Amino acid sequence: MAFYILRRILAIVPTCLAVAVIVFAILRLTPGDPATVLAGDMATPEQLAQIRAALGVDQPIHLQFVFWIGRLLQGDLGISLISQVPVTQLILDRSGPTLALAISTIVSSVVVAVPLGVAAARFRHSWLDRGLMGFSVLGFSVPVFLKGYLLVLLFAVGLRWLPVQGYTAPADSMAGFATALVLPTIALSLSYIALIARITRSSVLEIIREDYIRTARAKGVGERLVLFRHALRNAAVPILTVIGIGIATLISGVVVTESVFNLPGLGRLVVESVLARDYPVVQGLILVFAMVCILINLMVDLLYCVFDPRISY
Amino acid sequence: MAGFPRIWRLCSHVSSLFGIVAVLAAAPAQATTLRAVLNSGLRALDPVVNTSVVTNVHAMMIYDQLLGQDAKGEIRPQMASWATSPDGKTYRFTLREGLRFHDGSPVTSEDCIASIKRWGQVDTMGQVLMKMLAGMRAIDEREFELSLTQANDLILEALAKTGSRPAVIMPRRLAETPPSQAVAENVGSGPFRMVMPEFRPGVRAVYVRNTDYVPRREPLDGSAGGKQALVERVEFVAMPDQMTALNALVNGEVDFLESVPYDLLPMLDGNRAVKIDVLNKEGNWTMFRMNFLHPPFDNRLLRQAAMLSVRQQDVLNALVGDPKYYRTCPAVFGCGLPYESQYGSDFVVSGNLAKAKALLKDAGYQGAPVVILQPSDNPFASSQPLVIAQALRRTGFNVQVQTMDWQSLTARRANDGPPAGGGWSIFVTFSALGDQSDPIRSLFVAAAGKKSWFGWPDVPEIEELRTKFALASDKSERRSIAGQINKLAIDEGLVAPLGQYVYPSAYSGKLSDVPAYPRPVFWNIKKAD
Repeated sequence: MAFYILRRILAIVPTCLAVAVIVFAILRLTPGDPATVLAGDMATPEQLAQIRAALGVDQPIHLQFVFWIGRLLQGDLGISLISQVPVTQLILDRSGPTLALAISTIVSSVVVAVPLGVAAARFRHSWLDRGLMGFSVLGFSVPVFLKGYLLVLLFAVGLRWLPVQGYTAPADSMAGFATALVLPTIALSLSYIALIARITRSSVLEIIREDYIRTARAKGVGERLVLFRHALRNAAVPILTVIGIGIATLISGVVVTESVFNLPGLGRLVVESVLARDYPVVQGLILVFAMVCILINLMVDLLYCVFDPRISY
Repeated sequence: MAGFPRIWRLCSHVSSLFGIVAVLAAAPAQATTLRAVLNSGLRALDPVVNTSVVTNVHAMMIYDQLLGQDAKGEIRPQMASWATSPDGKTYRFTLREGLRFHDGSPVTSEDCIASIKRWGQVDTMGQVLMKMLAGMRAIDEREFELSLTQANDLILEALAKTGSRPAVIMPRRLAETPPSQAVAENVGSGPFRMVMPEFRPGVRAVYVRNTDYVPRREPLDGSAGGKQALVERVEFVAMPDQMTALNALVNGEVDFLESVPYDLLPMLDGNRAVKIDVLNKEGNWTMFRMNFLHPPFDNRLLRQAAMLSVRQQDVLNALVGDPKYYRTCPAVFGCGLPYESQYGSDFVVSGNLAKAKALLKDAGYQGAPVVILQPSDNPFASSQPLVIAQALRRTGFNVQVQTMDWQSLTARRANDGPPAGGGWSIFVTFSALGDQSDPIRSLFVAAAGKKSWFGWPDVPEIEELRTKFALASDKSERRSIAGQINKLAIDEGLVAPLGQYVYPSAYSGKLSDVPAYPRPVFWNIKKAD
């Protein structure tokens, strides 16, 4: 097991290197010019050339790559071409809101969706089950930005219970931090609740037809214990897989949610940097996202062993 | 049914809890903090390197200029007063007393000279000024002289200009940075100081009142007169989503929106807590540019045919919609500005389809493709290409619209190859009207071939006239030359004006004395508790 974990951790290095090469190549093949962003629309070709030289983006691509990789190997992600701020600092500054939103979304989704899914399986074809299925369709179909606007209209502009937008760091005000996260979390987690609840329902439904569940019931084990200890634990593998995928896809959901609720997180930073062709920032962010995805996959794989001891590596 | 009241009570408790938490969350807000949402987030801080509006707004907060320009366009003293020698070749500037940079050092003549030198290397008006300059010398700490090779008062206009790349004054140690590199610190002498530890590029910029600032005694008039910081703190909050920004204003979370999209204006109908006002009375203009290097628009007749195909009204309806906010205008240097010309109003504004078709025939057009670049992510330039494409198709052009993001467009338009080989035929741009208000400021009328702005027109006569304009010392002479350039620019198809428009700003009813100015400024604004 230890050897497996070590091997997976070591695999991060070549994976990140491959990601770095691909991202670098794609960005340089994409048309665009950070010098135009810096100088503005009215710059002359001569001025643009001077700024390109100052930024170093006029160098041959292979030299730019060698320079970037050299710094990367020393743990330096470079400096933003536009704001002249170190990329590491930019990412750290912007990771707070994204982390907070991601954690609150995943936790609230799991806490709400898993019991809902188990209940829907237990009371199959009941109003609860049908309601959950209907909610799932809605949760998937309604885009995040629309859910966001509706929530803002009701709870912020209408009832004035919560702020429309913004983010407060917990160090500044815990109450501000909590209130700022409520609406974005609801908007984003509705899709995940729908997804996880649906998967939980179908997984549990499969399991509760198994012989050992019937045996447990025949032995007089209480229904709650049957469902949560025996059925849910054995149904956990597909649920964990979906949660893992959900965390990875959260990145795309976060981009929209952060814009609608004006959270200064990594999702917005990605969009801003891509539009401005701020190459070092985009490269740094994609590397960070790649590492997060790899680590989440590793964690999910390890959790399989916890929930299902038959699995070993 | 018995459970219903219990649920209701629970909802009531939850709502009370939310209410309490919301109040607690709002508690740190200060009455004298003004939160403004500008059209984009602030990232680049050096106004000499970056010409974006948001950087200019930032510059007006922390920097000051030697001269100001009142609402009528007259040049007035700001940091300095001036005296002209009898031969009109030497300008002596005297800094007013008490001027200090935000780092505590006094503003000196050497700082001013270094700042003018740096700005003059890259600004279009500054470059003209540098060519006419015989020398600059500091007389003492507060007095310095600029000597010209010939009498010319363009120097005053150049130093007072407030649009893109204003001649701001910074400490000499920073002004010695090459103009292609951003300065390492943001130290000015303006009415607000930037709080660098709170700056988050693209998210938030914070300014506090500069308590050492001594404003002029005259009332504020344009960028002239006393600039006073009457709120303790100003925060620029970036909001990429305009609906969110509007909701935040309605909810009292922000105080000022630089612009409200035309289609969202009805949301503010009847809202007494919010004022809607056009603060930028000059507004913007939009135009399309043709590629002079490759077919079909290397042919003057086909350029004219393209211009005759398009009706400004159609473009402005698509771009703005409400006629209250736009006006048609054939002028290359803007309508309502000193060098306004009505030349070509009978065809530039209304188009002439029959004449366009006739020109197409006369030019022997063989169907060379017209590649129009359309930036789908830029609301100020995305609708015009579609209207132009339809108009050109109606005339008989073979049109291809290529959709891309604005950044791809800015890279693509620099490609001087043929349209089929990654080049282009037409792109649309827009600009603050003030930045195009004369033949020196306007890059669009530069016509020196490959040295010119994208499109690369080569019309030596225009270049000669631009030089004459710069050297002219008399206003009526300049007006006459500008008129000639305007005519040539239209006839040669350098610029195809598509009209001009203003945009409404919105702000909280708590704000008063919000200055009408071409760009958002936060001098002299009061905020009620």
